Amino acid sequence: MEPRPRSFYVLTAFFVLFVLFLYGPTLTIGVLSFQGPGGGLTFPMRGVSLNWFRELFQQQAVGDIWGAFRRSAALGMMVMVTTVVVSVMGGLAFRKRFAGSAVLFYLTITSLVIPSILVSLGVGLIFNQLGFKVHWATSGFGSQLTWTLPFGLLIMFAVFNRFDKSYEEAARDQGASSWQTLWHVVLPIIAPSLIGVALFGFTLSYDEFARTLLTAGSYNTLPLEIFGMTTNVTTPVIYALGSLTTLFSFVIIGVFLLVVWSMGRRRARLGSDAGKGV
Amino acid sequence: MRDSTGKAPGWGVTLMRNRHFVGWLQAAPLSLILIGFLILPIITIVIVSFWQATEFSIIPAFSLENYEFLFGSPVTYKVFGATFKYAFLTWAFTLSIGFTVAYYLAFHIRSQPVQIALFLICTIPFWTSNIIRMISWIPFLGRNGIANQALISWGVIDQPLEWLLYSDFSVILAFVHLYTLFMVVPIFNTMMRIDKSLLEAARDNGASGFQTLVHVIVPLTKPGIMIGTIFVLTLVMGDFITVRFMSGSQRANVGRLISNDISLLQYPSAAATAVVLLLTVLIVIGILLRFVNIRKEL
Repeated sequence: MEPRPRSFYVLTAFFVLFVLFLYGPTLTIGVLSFQGPGGGLTFPMRGVSLNWFRELFQQQAVGDIWGAFRRSAALGMMVMVTTVVVSVMGGLAFRKRFAGSAVLFYLTITSLVIPSILVSLGVGLIFNQLGFKVHWATSGFGSQLTWTLPFGLLIMFAVFNRFDKSYEEAARDQGASSWQTLWHVVLPIIAPSLIGVALFGFTLSYDEFARTLLTAGSYNTLPLEIFGMTTNVTTPVIYALGSLTTLFSFVIIGVFLLVVWSMGRRRARLGSDAGKGV
Repeated sequence: MRDSTGKAPGWGVTLMRNRHFVGWLQAAPLSLILIGFLILPIITIVIVSFWQATEFSIIPAFSLENYEFLFGSPVTYKVFGATFKYAFLTWAFTLSIGFTVAYYLAFHIRSQPVQIALFLICTIPFWTSNIIRMISWIPFLGRNGIANQALISWGVIDQPLEWLLYSDFSVILAFVHLYTLFMVVPIFNTMMRIDKSLLEAARDNGASGFQTLVHVIVPLTKPGIMIGTIFVLTLVMGDFITVRFMSGSQRANVGRLISNDISLLQYPSAAATAVVLLLTVLIVIGILLRFVNIRKEL
């Protein structure tokens, strides 16, 4: 291997600084959430304790964060499943280049670039005018989909741009119906990408703020609850909550990545026997 | 029907062989969701922007007074100016940092597993909460925060700097922190598709590393740069929460103008501002889309 140029070391230093910049603040609040009972929002640490994590479990100190967590988790699951199903169907539809697909494509891009507060305001106004009550599982759910679906669809575009059509042709030549081709050939091949779409669906919903702001109704999701706390909570309890929910996100991301990785392993092991025959 | 062959099959079969019809069926859920939660809300906002409001209720009418007030107020121009300033500065920083990081990952990391691991390290924060990531700057930037303590102990300053938190500085810092990965990912994606033999050819013809970068890599990376630019500009222009939180409500952008009106229940006025903001964003995106074909670049 040829020796590394000097620029490599400069860029490595730059990259390390960038990673520090990305994770440093999160690590800091991780440390500060173990602040002693008399400690404040900044260093120095006044002792080390689990005091602020304990407070999270006391209703009067922090309000209904566990209810908010349950709602956010449930909403995340709903958005995740819907995003996967609708994105796959949309991705399949766009392969057919149906009449009007260009319009739908630009609509999807609009959904991605539109300022979130417009979705929030517009959906809120519609529900108001029609006399419906806004609720996280109806108006909140729909508003979040306008954020997750474009990501899901763009991933499906990337997947199908790289998809080798000869697999489908082979299936058809062997007499598979279009349903059988989809179910036994196409979906298994794109499965790891679908895990990726699911990861986007869940995490983007779980952390979504602006589109849910005016559409969640009287029961807050977790990000709304946390934002509410920033205006009236001045103790490290907010760091403890931040650390816990970030940890939860890391676990979710880790599980998804692990599933993709083990799928790849399984495939490498069982997939092709080409060239191994005697 | 173009697709039907031979003797007439049942109409159901004919229909299911029509690619347009099947395409519509498969695209129906997506279309319905976008119509219900994107198109209708936009139409509603446009309609409501012509309504009138009193302190207690909103009145259906056709009136231009919201727009007259909006364009007649010097605050509007100041706030739009601030929004463009945030957008431009954030774009400049995210682009330079994002390009450098993507370039390092794509061309300096030789082992693919390491490349994937480092790329994931860059993208994981995207899947965590923006609110928490904003909150986490407080212990750094506050009056008694880490930055001030460090600078004082090094003897760089005597007094704590007041402009670190709740200022334009902290707003832009937070934007760069939140959105640099929207640059890294598309730029890295385009760089990975560059045929490595082009780089060898440049070197064989005597180009220095820097010349290869400027004359080969940057032009070939333009689509990724455009996609990243679209993401960053729209996210910053439509933002209201980062500016509110990181400036301690001391700075304003268009998004905050809208959210302030909403909290005062002045929906028609909020809607008019929202319409102008949407048009501004769409014009910017429209210009950028002339330079890139998104579907080809995925």
